[in-house]
Amino acid sequence: MRYLPLTPTDRRDMLGVIGAKSVDELFKDVPASARLPGKVPGLPDHLGELEVERAFQNYAAKNVSPSTAPFFVGAGAYRHHVPSTVDYMIQRGEFLTSYTPYQPEITQGTLQYLFEFQTQVSLLTGMEVANASMYDGSTAASEAVLMANRVTRRTKALISGGLHPHYRNIIETTAHWQGYSAVAGAADPEGLEDLSAKVDKETSCVVVQNPSFFGHVCDFTKLAAACHAAGALLIVVVTEVVSLGLIKPPGEMGADIVVCEGQSIGNGLGFGGPYVGLFATRDKYVRQMPGRLVGETVDADGKRGFVLTLSTREQHIRREKATSNICTNAGLCALAFTVHLTLLGEVGFRRLAELNHAKASELADRVAALPGVKLLNDSFFNEFTVSLPKPAAPVVEALAERRILAGVPVSRLIPNDPSVDNLLLLAATETATESGMGPLIAGLKEVL
Amino acid sequence: MADTKYTQEHEWIRVEGDVGTIGITQYAQEQLGDVVFVDVPQSGRKVTKGEACAVVESVKAASDIYAPATGEVVEANAGLADSPGDVNAEPMGKGWFFKIKLLDKGELSGLMDEAAYNAFVKTLG
Repeated sequence: MRYLPLTPTDRRDMLGVIGAKSVDELFKDVPASARLPGKVPGLPDHLGELEVERAFQNYAAKNVSPSTAPFFVGAGAYRHHVPSTVDYMIQRGEFLTSYTPYQPEITQGTLQYLFEFQTQVSLLTGMEVANASMYDGSTAASEAVLMANRVTRRTKALISGGLHPHYRNIIETTAHWQGYSAVAGAADPEGLEDLSAKVDKETSCVVVQNPSFFGHVCDFTKLAAACHAAGALLIVVVTEVVSLGLIKPPGEMGADIVVCEGQSIGNGLGFGGPYVGLFATRDKYVRQMPGRLVGETVDADGKRGFVLTLSTREQHIRREKATSNICTNAGLCALAFTVHLTLLGEVGFRRLAELNHAKASELADRVAALPGVKLLNDSFFNEFTVSLPKPAAPVVEALAERRILAGVPVSRLIPNDPSVDNLLLLAATETATESGMGPLIAGLKEVL
Repeated sequence: MADTKYTQEHEWIRVEGDVGTIGITQYAQEQLGDVVFVDVPQSGRKVTKGEACAVVESVKAASDIYAPATGEVVEANAGLADSPGDVNAEPMGKGWFFKIKLLDKGELSGLMDEAAYNAFVKTLG
């Protein structure tokens, strides 16, 4: 369809047909008091394309973008190198323009890559079955709690103080409107929390994060046993999926549901989205799992093919009795994840994880050597927490003015808690270089 | 089977003492096709007549099963987890769903007997 703007002649002819003298006359029935007398004060007039482009370039220049400055920000979203192959692949028309398959079996290509994605997620998390993806890690965490409530027929979730505060907020929001309880532990910067003793016969699930929001790497094997003894499920959240290249997968710890933010693989930071949620569980719980699930089968001629399976869990079939109101998935982001992980391979993925940990270890050593700075972690992957001799937020602001993005002050995500005011989260991925680390250390020396 | 009653939703209930065993009829299993999963209620759950309390899933559809009478679930057919096909093979036998302790046997008087149910099925064409 072409878009042709009206010419003055068109407009005059149309007004002539209905007998109006001007466009303004069409609004004469609207009381004068409800009409704007002229331009809206403070709002700029319309602009030409070149002027609009200039204006937005000026707005954009106010951002300090990760690729143009020393960058040590993490806290749930991580800057990694995404090979250009990924972008090329996902921009192929067959992938880019296809919507979630509602007539699934005619879109074998889509089903096949989702099947590969599920296989990768199962292997990474050490779980038996994974779905075709969720919107992001936080909503996947909330869905995991709902699923645990269905499986256990209980309604009390225990939330670790090591869980990302935004994830906790999403779970609490859902809990409020769905009428179950979510009991959150206090923020746990030291990584000392043990929820085993708090699990009781009313607990549907315990939600923990690994590495924790503060960066601690944990083994939840004992907690899993405590959960199972009480008939509760253990939900493990992973916000930095690259960590699974080095850390024991949650499945081996006895987790019942594992959810991850998959952004780190294949997907850019993009101001917070779109991202991709990973969701995996045990075979025995598959009927309570939310989301789409692709299965492998054979067609009438015995050839390999793919189907959407166990769809009776889904809303387009079970309506209000569905396990979830998610009817779709983050298809393109899941594809980017699959392409990137495929390019890395098992060995490459492990090496990427090792490189991340090496960079973060170097950063931790250098930051902790600064006067008055204390590293809170005994263990970490690519992110850790330091305690500064003064509040962290103004330090980060001062460095941002020097175009150094020096991590996330914990107070930004946990406001109104003076005990975390001096805490700073620092992340270093494979993208960290001396040209970034040097200025960060020098900058910290100056402002501390 | 004079003690077996039927509902218009194609459930049957067979009463022995104050316990009723509930399943779906031959007609229902034929309409559903191959049953692949049955979600049965837990023991101890209180169900009200007409309440959806189980789900039967076939290759064609997922359907709710309604309690034909009010009572408390005393047993669910654990065998269906491993062999849901029992519902197709023996809908009135091995393929039963769950048992309830009836609160009021009088509720059953509104249900159909076998002859009435067979006549009802014939009207469905």
